[in-house]
Amino acid sequence: MSSGKTSSAADAGLTHLAVSLRGVTKTYDNGVMALGPFDLTVRKGEFISLLGPSGCGKSTVLRLIAELSAPSSGIVRVAHHEGVVQPGHGIGFVFQEPTLMPWTSVRENVRLPLKLAGVPKAEARGRADAALASVGLADFADAFPRELSGGMKMRVSLARALVTDPDILLMDEPFAALDEITRFRLNNDLLALWRSLGKTVIFVTHSVFESVYLSQRVVVMTARPGRIQADIRIETVEPRSETFRTSAAYSDYCRKVSAALAPSYSGQSTL
Amino acid sequence: MSAQAAVTAKPRGAQRAMRFVLPVIVFAAGILAWELMVRIKDIPPYVLPAPSVIVLTLIKDWAVLSQSLATTLLTTLEGFAAASIGGIALALLFNQSKWVEYSLFPYAIVLQVTPVIAIAPLLLIYLEQQTAVVVCAFIVAFFPVLSNTTLGLNSVDRNLAGLFQLYGASKPQTLRFLKLPAALPYILGGLRIAGGLSLIGAVVAEIAAGTAGAGSGLAYRIAESGYRLNIPRMFAALLLLSLAGIVIYGVLAVVSHLVLRRWHESALGKEN
Repeated sequence: MSSGKTSSAADAGLTHLAVSLRGVTKTYDNGVMALGPFDLTVRKGEFISLLGPSGCGKSTVLRLIAELSAPSSGIVRVAHHEGVVQPGHGIGFVFQEPTLMPWTSVRENVRLPLKLAGVPKAEARGRADAALASVGLADFADAFPRELSGGMKMRVSLARALVTDPDILLMDEPFAALDEITRFRLNNDLLALWRSLGKTVIFVTHSVFESVYLSQRVVVMTARPGRIQADIRIETVEPRSETFRTSAAYSDYCRKVSAALAPSYSGQSTL
Repeated sequence: MSAQAAVTAKPRGAQRAMRFVLPVIVFAAGILAWELMVRIKDIPPYVLPAPSVIVLTLIKDWAVLSQSLATTLLTTLEGFAAASIGGIALALLFNQSKWVEYSLFPYAIVLQVTPVIAIAPLLLIYLEQQTAVVVCAFIVAFFPVLSNTTLGLNSVDRNLAGLFQLYGASKPQTLRFLKLPAALPYILGGLRIAGGLSLIGAVVAEIAAGTAGAGSGLAYRIAESGYRLNIPRMFAALLLLSLAGIVIYGVLAVVSHLVLRRWHESALGKEN
């Protein structure tokens, strides 16, 4: 793959790697080989998507990067910014479900990572409110999760991931359960946040269209055990907007990515 | 639109009122029928006392009965407190260590399935009477707290647990901010069952103790009145026991509702 150009928002720290996986495999206790060997490098400030059939180990990659599980072999390196003491502090994780605590307010949910890290309450509240404002939910800080719509819950989950000001944002099919209109809006909001905050984003999805729309690089994975099938760079005029979604270049990229994905499904007739 | 809303709201309000009015009507009718039957058939009070006689007995014997009620309630409360603390503490211990759970859980079940009425005489031999009665109430009430709390602690959302792990939460933090709040609805459900059961345990033990010739709780009064054929007082004591059970359940239900009302499905209105 050519190194290509990246958006100006991500220029700072371009020479540094945020995440690197070398020859990583993961075999579960029941003997199922989920991943690998798998090699991936992600530069700081990059927005990449992991795309592949279900069960190909996309989520496993995120869990390995987040240190929620350990690789069976190989090396996972994650660049933490200096001064980070708490493990995982430099990483924000957004799950497929909003994963909010139903027994407490939206603000308390967003404050949780800071509370666990022992940040003083007053400061933590201020940062939680700021994170909520960045996802457009400043007015809902005192609401309870059950009072929010699916899209709003997902925004809360995003605010919680952002509240520690992580360098890396891991997103595991975050918008998969939402309706298309809500998903498009959140896609645009996510891109806006990424441009303004300059985080490294690793985004897992099973939607070709979503991956092409959002990311600078689409990494297509094979069926289990997951390996890299193709690494496709998406180049277009930044900042992207709805016009990109309807452009010819967009459909070209979608066709290319779909073609790269096709072999992964060839052995999967049982699904 | 608003007129239509008013129309639909009215039957709903009426329906709600009916939920209170109908049982009251049934109750009043039952009492009336009872009273009439006793008077018309001239049934002597030692066979079946009229409701009016029971109420009069309750007032006349209030000094004795209120003392007994206080004794039984204190026993129930102590048994309930011991069952709550013991059940939750043991569940937390089980949750921290599988080995402890494997070692002790079978005995908790043995304690639960052995009828307490059969254990009570033994306890009365080995323990001081007041202690034995409280222990009986504890034995009956603690298992639902233990099993419900265990269930609750094991029902924590897997993704939330992963989130806590991701942010490096310590074990005490995970317990306090994740496991206990997640288990709270289950714990409260267990406590609601335990409240009624500790009253049953206290009564059973009092009856067992009463036949051994000591005690002054309500159940003892019932047994004593039975020997003396003082049937109106028997009914009066029974009425007090029943009321005590209702109050205990009511208080725990209200507490549970207040604690859960903002977030748990069980405490939310059906229209939401």
